Amino acid sequence: MSESTKRNQPSRRQFLTGAAAAATGAGAAAAQAASPDPLITEVQEWASATGEGVDATPYGLPVRFEDDVEWLTADTISSINFTPIHALDGTITPQGCAFERHHSGAIELSKGDYRLMVNGLVETPLMFTYADLERFPRENRVHFCECAANTGMEWAGAQLNGVQFTHGMIHNMEYTGVPLRTLLEEAGVKPGVKWVYVEGADASSNGRSIPIEKALDDVLVAFKANGEALRKEHGYPVRLVVPGWEGNMWVKWLRRIEVMDGPVESREETSKYTDTLADGTSRKWTWVMDAKSVITSPSPQAPVTHGPGPLVISGLAWSGRGHITGVDVSTDGGSSWTPARLASPGTDKALTRFYLDHIWDGGEMLLQARARDSSGYVQPTKAQLRAVRGENSIYHNNCIQTWWVNANGEAENVEVS
Amino acid sequence: MSKCLNLLAGTAGAATLGAAPALAGKFGLGRPALPEEIAAWDLDVSPDGTGLPPGSGSVEDGEMVFAANCASCHGDFAEGVGNWPELAGGAGTLADKDPVKTVGSYWPYLSTAWDYIHRSMPFGNAQSLSVDETYAIVAYILYSNDLVEDDFVLTDKNFLEVEMPNAGGFIIDGRGAAEAHFWTESPCMEGCKDSVEITMRAAVLDVTPEDDTAAAPDAEAAVKAAAEKAPAEQPAAEAVKAAALDPALVQKGEKVFKKCKACHQVGEGAKNRTGPMLNGIVGAPAGLADGFKYSRVLKAAAEDGLVWTEGELAAFLAKPKTYMKGTRMSFSGLKKDADIDAVIAYLQSSGS
Repeated sequence: MSESTKRNQPSRRQFLTGAAAAATGAGAAAAQAASPDPLITEVQEWASATGEGVDATPYGLPVRFEDDVEWLTADTISSINFTPIHALDGTITPQGCAFERHHSGAIELSKGDYRLMVNGLVETPLMFTYADLERFPRENRVHFCECAANTGMEWAGAQLNGVQFTHGMIHNMEYTGVPLRTLLEEAGVKPGVKWVYVEGADASSNGRSIPIEKALDDVLVAFKANGEALRKEHGYPVRLVVPGWEGNMWVKWLRRIEVMDGPVESREETSKYTDTLADGTSRKWTWVMDAKSVITSPSPQAPVTHGPGPLVISGLAWSGRGHITGVDVSTDGGSSWTPARLASPGTDKALTRFYLDHIWDGGEMLLQARARDSSGYVQPTKAQLRAVRGENSIYHNNCIQTWWVNANGEAENVEVS
Repeated sequence: MSKCLNLLAGTAGAATLGAAPALAGKFGLGRPALPEEIAAWDLDVSPDGTGLPPGSGSVEDGEMVFAANCASCHGDFAEGVGNWPELAGGAGTLADKDPVKTVGSYWPYLSTAWDYIHRSMPFGNAQSLSVDETYAIVAYILYSNDLVEDDFVLTDKNFLEVEMPNAGGFIIDGRGAAEAHFWTESPCMEGCKDSVEITMRAAVLDVTPEDDTAAAPDAEAAVKAAAEKAPAEQPAAEAVKAAALDPALVQKGEKVFKKCKACHQVGEGAKNRTGPMLNGIVGAPAGLADGFKYSRVLKAAAEDGLVWTEGELAAFLAKPKTYMKGTRMSFSGLKKDADIDAVIAYLQSSGS
């Protein structure tokens, strides 16, 4: 688009403002203006003076009006931060605010220093450089990455008062990469093998065992996210994408893939990421992230700031077993449910945005969302999960979340009977 | 889509033909990994002992190696310090409200402990332990869990004979059967509950990070006050010198400091962690960080009047355990003098 045609078109902001004004005008209880709005009747500075040049901010950053968003929580003691999903809409997570979890810090590994080994039960053990990887046929796919411990604090009850903290260990990006299958075929997988072991180059040597069926199915060796290079904190230059499976398996700074006949039973797949049940036995290999949804607005960090009337109730839904087929929303703590509107049809192992265009009567609400997926799974309540798993599982908590919205529009994380 | 892929595959294959003959159906990219390269990276150890190198280590040796390398985070008896993991105890607690999951009470395979310690520990100095040191540490952890006697020697030969108490405590993901009722064709839409009561509120518990931030200023102010106090005690010459630091050296030092970061903080808001906070450390008397539990030897040295001059710091950082026998600092030392100079410059530049 040329600059001249661009100037003649209404900006997206103007369009949205106009649409909102029209909607307000149509409403029965629409506010009446006492006097003309000077923002409209007076020429504003931004409408007459020159804005910043194209080189003022070589890499774009959020506008300063959004500086109240805690993009990520910066606590140096913790080794996790959280995606501010209360402040986002749509489904794609910008890289800059996508959550991070490191097991030995985020390392700096250049493309020039990068090496990827494929060894074990293969015809020819191979070593690839970054440049080699760029020459294999690529795929683009959108998937969510959810830490197995997302919502983990909530097993013991309503704990954290914000959707960023209860559900923010998730992001959803468009990955570009080479199918793991292609690299395995390049090395020649020997017949009868059952597992691959994947490990990272950082000091944690985070390594996970993956069944060969999954490795040959939809796993990607990714080097781009949302079109640009991965961030250092997300495993630059190369990470694994294991669609629908817990985030710890998405090994960052991927350096080695070993084809094996058994699982390694590494620290992260025995002492961690296993789910201890009420009787003291523990489930292992619980890789798939079950269907889950949460209302991102209103929520404790995103209260209702207007009075009764039109209210957009919005949230995210996802499933590691397939795609989201529907989301139901309750405003009365799960007594009755209304199907929400999916912004677009659910896609495989990716976030789906849903909306319930609600007319709020100004009264208290107990908001809940309930996801359904293509395998026929329905997101359970916390009580249903506890009945099977007890309270010590730590991981894989996909329970229905409740926000208590009061008459002032403020929301709080609660549990209901 | 598939047409497009085939076209790409054909192009890539053709491009490499000149360099090396491509195998049928393959791209001919990459090169064979050399045996030395595989040996350097392929270190994982499996439950059946595959990958375990020959070697041995006793409980007795393990106690010393553990004290030197592990105890600063995991405690002298593997009981865990602060939020760092406890490695011993917890037997019979897995069905309790708060199970204590340790190598002894929870880990199903001994290979996991050996492999993880060998490749990933100590935190901040991974891959520095020898094979025999690793055997010794694992032997000591077994002893700390009352699983072997104090004269036990762990070797690659008797490795599989060690019985892990929770080896039979795991089942493979059984969600499909145990949670089959979550696959419901038509979930309830109306009249699903007789009544709805709020049974628990997050605001009552008050553990949300935002609230921590709100409470933080007090702690930060205290640290800041302590940091402001330090320079006043320094001779004026030191202050002048600090102002004249070489920016390139400071920058290099910041990179070197990454090795220290797992345990130490420096700069605005720095707090004690596994190691003491380091604001104003250069030129300051030893043992000055408020509230930090120093080792017995460091406390003694402080009482004897040790001051962290650049020379003393350089000697300490070169070989911590030689310089101060019994220090809790689990760090092997900086090998290059240039790195030592740089990190000292960095420490002077920040938090002073």
